[in-house]
Amino acid sequence: MLEDFTPSEAFVPEATAEDPPLLRASGVSHFYGNRVGCQDVSFELWPGEVLAIVGESGSGKSTLLGCLSGRLTPTAGVVEYRMRDQATRNIFDLSEAERRFLARTDWGFVHQDARNGLRMTISAGGNVGERLMAIGNRNYAAIRGEALDWLGRVEIDADRIDDRPEQFSGGMRQRLQIARNLVTGPRLVFMDEPTSGLDVSVQARLLDLLRGLVSDLSLSAIIVTHDLAVARMISHRMMVMRNGTVVESGLTDQILDDPQSAYAQLLVASVLQP
Amino acid sequence: MTTSAVEATPYNFAYLDEQTKRMIRRAILKGIAIPGYQVPFASREMPMPYGWGTGGVQITAAIIGPDDVLKVIDQGADDTTNAVAIRGFFARTAGVATTTQTGEASIIQTRHRIPEQPLQSDQVLVFQVPIPEPLRFLEPRETETRKMHALEEYGIMHVKLYEDIARHGHIATTYAYPVLVDGRYVMDPSPIPKFDNPKLHQSDALLLFGAGREQRIYAIPPHTDVVSLDFEDYPFEVQTFDEPCAICGTRGTYLDEIITDDKGGRMFVCSDTDFCERQVARNQGVQNQSSAAASEKTEMTDA
Repeated sequence: MLEDFTPSEAFVPEATAEDPPLLRASGVSHFYGNRVGCQDVSFELWPGEVLAIVGESGSGKSTLLGCLSGRLTPTAGVVEYRMRDQATRNIFDLSEAERRFLARTDWGFVHQDARNGLRMTISAGGNVGERLMAIGNRNYAAIRGEALDWLGRVEIDADRIDDRPEQFSGGMRQRLQIARNLVTGPRLVFMDEPTSGLDVSVQARLLDLLRGLVSDLSLSAIIVTHDLAVARMISHRMMVMRNGTVVESGLTDQILDDPQSAYAQLLVASVLQP
Repeated sequence: MTTSAVEATPYNFAYLDEQTKRMIRRAILKGIAIPGYQVPFASREMPMPYGWGTGGVQITAAIIGPDDVLKVIDQGADDTTNAVAIRGFFARTAGVATTTQTGEASIIQTRHRIPEQPLQSDQVLVFQVPIPEPLRFLEPRETETRKMHALEEYGIMHVKLYEDIARHGHIATTYAYPVLVDGRYVMDPSPIPKFDNPKLHQSDALLLFGAGREQRIYAIPPHTDVVSLDFEDYPFEVQTFDEPCAICGTRGTYLDEIITDDKGGRMFVCSDTDFCERQVARNQGVQNQSSAAASEKTEMTDA
């Protein structure tokens, strides 16, 4: 299954077709004691590509995302990332300082619960500006201008800039979290169930926004979701996980319209139709 | 230890046992070697409650010798409970001479002020510190703050200043104003008014900081660069006062507001009582010498 997991030619943006992949996972496994978190996952992610990881709860999606983003150390396997200087390096060979720097400049991480991704007691502007200050920006007016610009891009009114996320609705918090992550111009964003817990109209708006940002900024993204509709809307490719292993992978439309494995068929058939 | 006062007490010299003092001296030396770095140490129970200067007292006990002259100030004053009690403590347990005059002291233990009179290279200033971790209110996990110090991840410090400007239009932090020491560690200078921050920079005296409850010692060696954090367009500024001191008439010192009655009466006076007294004495001397220029006030220029 994994061997033939290469993106189809039609799918890779032309300019980057010969470039090496942005991220390459080889044989990534993570065990919690004797229990399998995820096992022997390999794939490549190209610039500008959105990959969805789907599966039911406990299938190892979030464990895999943790390993890919350096938050968990895999028991086995290698995660290589092409840095801004084009050198491809194993992220677990980087020093912790380098990895944390990478995570707050070139990467973003959107949490399921915005509380984990935001500083709830600090204003929206401060939340967006934090990464800028962390990389040495020391001009208040410039930081504030950038924060205002980003709030606008995620459709948060400028007059909410000094309000704390505690006073925001769930959808706004999620959009604020996205702005906070994108302000340093990352090339890769990890998202862990970014839309769950939001009602459908808010979800649609967030997805619309995400889709626009991903294509405008030619971001690469890895999205973990249990919602197949979300995967269909936003991702180019998709991996279906079950019990820690990848059971099927390929183009999103292909898998959703013509699932091959029994489990993927079950998953697709389980979607409620309104 | 020749004075009879010491022989009369059952305590070891300066209260602490010699092993403890050696342990504290090692922490102090490490702190001096790594300016601004918080060195953990095995803080002892002292005969006073936490928050009353147990960290400062342990440092003083570890560095004081029979020939030292000790001054203790509390918010600049020599005559408040904390200052009087700690002076009495060392007079009794170490038999050392004490003073209220900044110029005469070899060790000055302080709570939240730096004396107005510039310190000399043969003096040591010992600060009492309640919370040594400048990142504490932004990041509650100690494991995380230590990692942030190790990796120099100080962006969040500026987030605090950003919040100040966003809410108040200026940097509203007025005390415990964070500083960057020797271009490396962000440090809490203890709750001194930010008025005193510039005195930390390239100080002639050794500055030692002790936090008893939090079990940390840190130091700024003499002639170290100490920069108060700020933004390019909102530079660091110290407090200024419109009026001179109501007692000595000096301008350019740090003033305390004293409520004089319950009808809104108030006066502003120097928080450094020793400095204020000496200014008054000097003014009287001037008055006696030339009665014609009786109302002339002394202007203090910033060093």
